[in-house]
Amino acid sequence: MGVIDELVANYNRWIIVFLMVAGLYIVIARGNMVKKVVGLSLFQTSVYLLFLAPAKILGGTPPILHPDFTVYAQPLPHALILTAIVVGVATVALGLALVVRINEAYGTIEEDEIFAKDDDD
Amino acid sequence: MVVLTLLAATTVGIVRVRNLFAVAILTGVYSFLMASVMLVLDAVDVAMTEATVGAGVATVLMLGTLSLTKTEENRPIHSVALPLFVAALTGAVLIWGMSGLPDFGIAETPVHLDGPDYVDRSLKEIGIPNVVTSVLASYRGFDTLGEVVVIFTGGIAVLMLLKRPAARKEDE
Amino acid sequence: MRMDVVLRVATKLLLPLMLVFGAYVQLHGEYSPGGGFQAGVIVGAAGILFSLVYGLEATTRIMPVYVVEALIPLGAVIFAGVGVVGFLAGDNYLAYGQLAGDPKSGQKLGIILVEAGVFVTVSATVLAIFYAFAGRGVR
Repeated sequence: MGVIDELVANYNRWIIVFLMVAGLYIVIARGNMVKKVVGLSLFQTSVYLLFLAPAKILGGTPPILHPDFTVYAQPLPHALILTAIVVGVATVALGLALVVRINEAYGTIEEDEIFAKDDDD
Repeated sequence: MVVLTLLAATTVGIVRVRNLFAVAILTGVYSFLMASVMLVLDAVDVAMTEATVGAGVATVLMLGTLSLTKTEENRPIHSVALPLFVAALTGAVLIWGMSGLPDFGIAETPVHLDGPDYVDRSLKEIGIPNVVTSVLASYRGFDTLGEVVVIFTGGIAVLMLLKRPAARKEDE
Repeated sequence: MRMDVVLRVATKLLLPLMLVFGAYVQLHGEYSPGGGFQAGVIVGAAGILFSLVYGLEATTRIMPVYVVEALIPLGAVIFAGVGVVGFLAGDNYLAYGQLAGDPKSGQKLGIILVEAGVFVTVSATVLAIFYAFAGRGVR
C-alpha cells in the first residue's frame, strides 16, 4: 500500500480540494465581478461532490428501490444537495443581477476601477 | 477518474481564460462533467438537476449578464502571490482535515451504518420506490419548504434589482 | 428578431418534446429520477428557448409577466397549504398521513401535491429571472 495506491483510492478527494481551492483563488485574486460569481459557484459545486462522495458504496445502485438489489447509496445527501443546487442557481442569478446593476451605476465590473471611482467622489 | 481529471482541467481553463464568453461556455462544460461524476456516484436525481440547472439555466443567465456588461476581463494588476499563498494554505488544511475521513466507496462508514435508515423505511411507510423523492418531500418536507421559500425570495430579489429600470434610477 | 429558419423549425420540433419530458419527469418522479425541481427547470428552460428564438414579446403574449410573477408565490403557498391541511386534520405540520384514507395513499397524495408546488415555483422563478435579464437588454 504505497502512496500511489492511496492517491488513486481517494482521487475524488484530491479533486474536491483542488476545485475548492481554485474557486477560493478566483474569488480572492480576480477583480472581475462575473469571474468572482463563477468562482463562488465553483466552490459550491466542490461542496456538492464532498457530500455525494461518502454516500456512494462501490457495487451499490442508485436509491430507487427494486427487489433485485439490496445495496443502495445513502439517499439523504442526495436530497440535501438536490435542494442546494437549485438554491445555488438562485443565488448565482442574484449575484449576476447585482453585477448588472453595478455595471449600470459605475460603467465597469472591475473591482479596482469601482474603488477608483469611489475615491474620486 | 477520467471525468474527474477532465473536471480539473476545465477548472484550470476557467481560472486562466480572460475572455468571459469562453468562461461562460467552460462553466457549462464544467457543469456537464459534474453531472457525469454525480451519475457515477449513483446520485441520479442530483445529476439530472445539475445537468438542467448548471449546464442549462446558469449558462443562459451568465450569457445574459455578459450581453449587458463587458466580455473581456482586465489583466490582474495586483500580485497573485498572496491569493496563491492563502489558497495553497487552505488546500493544505483541507487535505489535512480530510485525511481522517474513511476511504471511498466502502459500506462500513458512519454515513451508512449510523445514518438514517430511509432506504428500509420508505417502501413500508410511503410506498414510493424513489427514496430521494420520499426523503425530499416527506421525511424532510420542512427543509424543502424552506428551500422553496429561498427560491421565491431569490426570484423576488432579482426582479427588484432588474425590473423597471426607469423607475428605480433615482435612488442611486 | 432574427428569421433563422433552422432555429425556428428545430425549436418547433424540440418544444413539445421538452414540455412532455418535463411532465414525465414531474409525474413519474416517484418511480424514476426526477421531481418538481428538475421538471420545473426543464419547463422553464423550454420557455427560455422559445423566447430566445421567437423573441421576448411572443413569449410574454403566451405567459404574461404578471402571470409568471403570481405563480412564484403560488407554488410556495401550495406547499405551505398542504402542510396546514395536515395540521387541521389532527397531525403534525407537513405530515401527510391523514390526507387520504390510509396513511400510504395519504403520503403519496401529499408528495404529489408538494412536488406540484415546487414545480410551479421553480419554473416560474426561472422564467421570471430570464424575463428580468432579457427585459433589461431591450432598453
